[in-house]
Amino acid sequence: MAEKYDVQEVEVWDGNYAAAHALRQAQIDVVAAYPITPSTPIVENYGQFVANGYVDGEFVMVESEHAAMSGCVGAAAAGGRVATATSSQGFALMCEVLYQASGMRLPIVLNVVNRALASPLNVRGDHSDMYLGRDSGWIQLDAFNAQEAYDLNLCAFRIGEHLSVRLPVMVHQDGFVTSHTAQNVNPLKDEDAYAFVGDFVPHEEMLDFSRPVTYGAQTEEDWHFEHKAKQHKALMDSRAIIDEVFADFEKKTGRAYKRVESYMIEDAEVAIVALGTTVETCILAAKQLREEEGIKVGVVSPRCFRPFPFDKIREALENVNAICCLDRSSPGGAMGALFNEVSAALYSTQKRPLVTNYIYGLGGRDFSIAEAKRIMKEQKAHADAGYITTEIQQFSGLRGPKLGFFETKRR
Amino acid sequence: MAITSVKNLKEFSTANDRFEGAHLLCPGCAHSMIVRELMNCTDDNLVIAANTGCLEVSTAVYPYTSWDTSWIHIGFENAATAAAGAEAMYKARKRKGTLKDPDAPVKFVAFGGDGSTYDIGFQWLSGAVERGHDFTYICLDNEVYANTGGQRSSSTPIGSSTTTSPAGRISYGEKKMKKDMVTIMAAHGAPYVAQLAPNKWKIMAKGFQKALSTEGPCFINTVSACTTEWKFDSKDTIHLTDLATDSLVFPIYEIIDGQELNILYRPKNILPVRDYLGAQGRFRHLFKPENEHVLVEWQKRVDAHWERLQRREEARV
Repeated sequence: MAEKYDVQEVEVWDGNYAAAHALRQAQIDVVAAYPITPSTPIVENYGQFVANGYVDGEFVMVESEHAAMSGCVGAAAAGGRVATATSSQGFALMCEVLYQASGMRLPIVLNVVNRALASPLNVRGDHSDMYLGRDSGWIQLDAFNAQEAYDLNLCAFRIGEHLSVRLPVMVHQDGFVTSHTAQNVNPLKDEDAYAFVGDFVPHEEMLDFSRPVTYGAQTEEDWHFEHKAKQHKALMDSRAIIDEVFADFEKKTGRAYKRVESYMIEDAEVAIVALGTTVETCILAAKQLREEEGIKVGVVSPRCFRPFPFDKIREALENVNAICCLDRSSPGGAMGALFNEVSAALYSTQKRPLVTNYIYGLGGRDFSIAEAKRIMKEQKAHADAGYITTEIQQFSGLRGPKLGFFETKRR
Repeated sequence: MAITSVKNLKEFSTANDRFEGAHLLCPGCAHSMIVRELMNCTDDNLVIAANTGCLEVSTAVYPYTSWDTSWIHIGFENAATAAAGAEAMYKARKRKGTLKDPDAPVKFVAFGGDGSTYDIGFQWLSGAVERGHDFTYICLDNEVYANTGGQRSSSTPIGSSTTTSPAGRISYGEKKMKKDMVTIMAAHGAPYVAQLAPNKWKIMAKGFQKALSTEGPCFINTVSACTTEWKFDSKDTIHLTDLATDSLVFPIYEIIDGQELNILYRPKNILPVRDYLGAQGRFRHLFKPENEHVLVEWQKRVDAHWERLQRREEARV
């Protein structure tokens, strides 16, 4: 039996430590991992828990992130609870196996401490790795602070392991700003946390030899499409389970999570859509702007980045006049991913609000409250004019000459 | 009933089948003989992992499977890690008491071709062996990427004509020597490493049993004659393998704990390397006068290697 860890009602934890404690409390059977900045402390802290007898399961330090996810897949197919952590290049190296994990419908929890992708090499936080995973068939939950990194980890096991879901789940937090910043965190007691997560229920496991299973079969044009469609349906249908698990978590803890988080949106005339710690920056900026200039700003975030909450985004934003989507990833010759998805959701509304795109914060470039307010005021100008008064895609906080693309065709 | 109690090949051929005969491997492919023998040499439960390759694409095409045991394939390179992950899960669940049948012995086996073993999966294999997982890795070595149509791998021997090292007007084919994987794996300090061949089926069964009963990571390189890419008649697989082992191109030996080398088969009549090479289309061009030097060097190298193995065996190093 693993030792019980005496957690206090209020702990001062950074996001990595909070995530590591959630993993410990979930009594994982196998963690196969490889260190990479800024997620390394999750693995180090977990290793410390192992060394001090707080963990019963196996802790396998492998030779690469690709092997980490490969080991997780082998372990998960053998019928137990599995998790790991990574960032950036490690995430990129894992990519092949991410698709294989979801294709085999294996509930693995992956903590992704978001970081930029090289080149140039950069260890700071942006959302390039999170965006790289967006077609991988995983559920992606996004934490804005350390408390949420803890909470969403506990929820992730419940969601992914649910027999009608059986999909892997990523829990994202921002590199350094969340992962390395100590904040007050209210953890659950070990027994309460485990009671919430529950025992792992093996399903189609390789270690039940009375019923042998074949994992990772070949399908060509005759069956591949049906498998992928079924997988997509499972991902879409997981929305109901995510809601259910969030509701149960709220009942236990009083902390409410939604697939789309909205702040001050009820009366908002303009809004910002963002992910990660930027959401908190924008909430502060919106509050100030409401007080200082009376501009009614709201903030919206797809807490659940995958499955993308198309319907909830539409509900949250359809009555807003102008919206700016903030994308913290180099868009690689396109509009930002949030912009594309939010615009697509809003295209099927009556009002079709004005939507613009800012690329910001790449490689950990700071995003300030002042800059958030400037962007919000710009949205107000679009709303008042009734058309987009700037280029549709712009860059925020970039040195050198101003960069932007595409004029509006709606005036 | 495992092969432990099987006295002859006829009995073996009707033994317990957890690897079904219904699969898509080429007629005359040695892979199925090797896999079947591995699975028939134990009564223990088996978790099998396979790298992408001929074996994998021929035995698990949905909605069918040839495997009447637990089986997993992830990618081209990571069967060793899949087995390692499953083995870690087994240990954890055994400790926690969550296994359905906690007392039944379980063995973990990973299969890979030479492409996935010598080349693309080398790191995953090395990592899993270094970490000491209790599993056996079996390389089905046919010295070429056969599944994708015969491209060279780092196991392809010098002089072989492949689709990416073709023999031509100015080339005698592959220019590089075959990688010595057995020695590399022994250098990991693995408790049991061997090179075995399906023509010597009793030796092979014994080697498999030794690997399965040895705690820790074991590596076995098996000679798997490829009728399609080596270019010989599909009825001649075992004859070809006889030529391989009796010419000492593929010596049969084991290395215990990285140092104790034992030769497991000494041919009564050692055949010239030419006999082995001459029986295969992939080496046909070596018999042109201008390529005579390749044949001469082949023989010298095989002689020197055999000499070295014998010296190591005698010196117990």
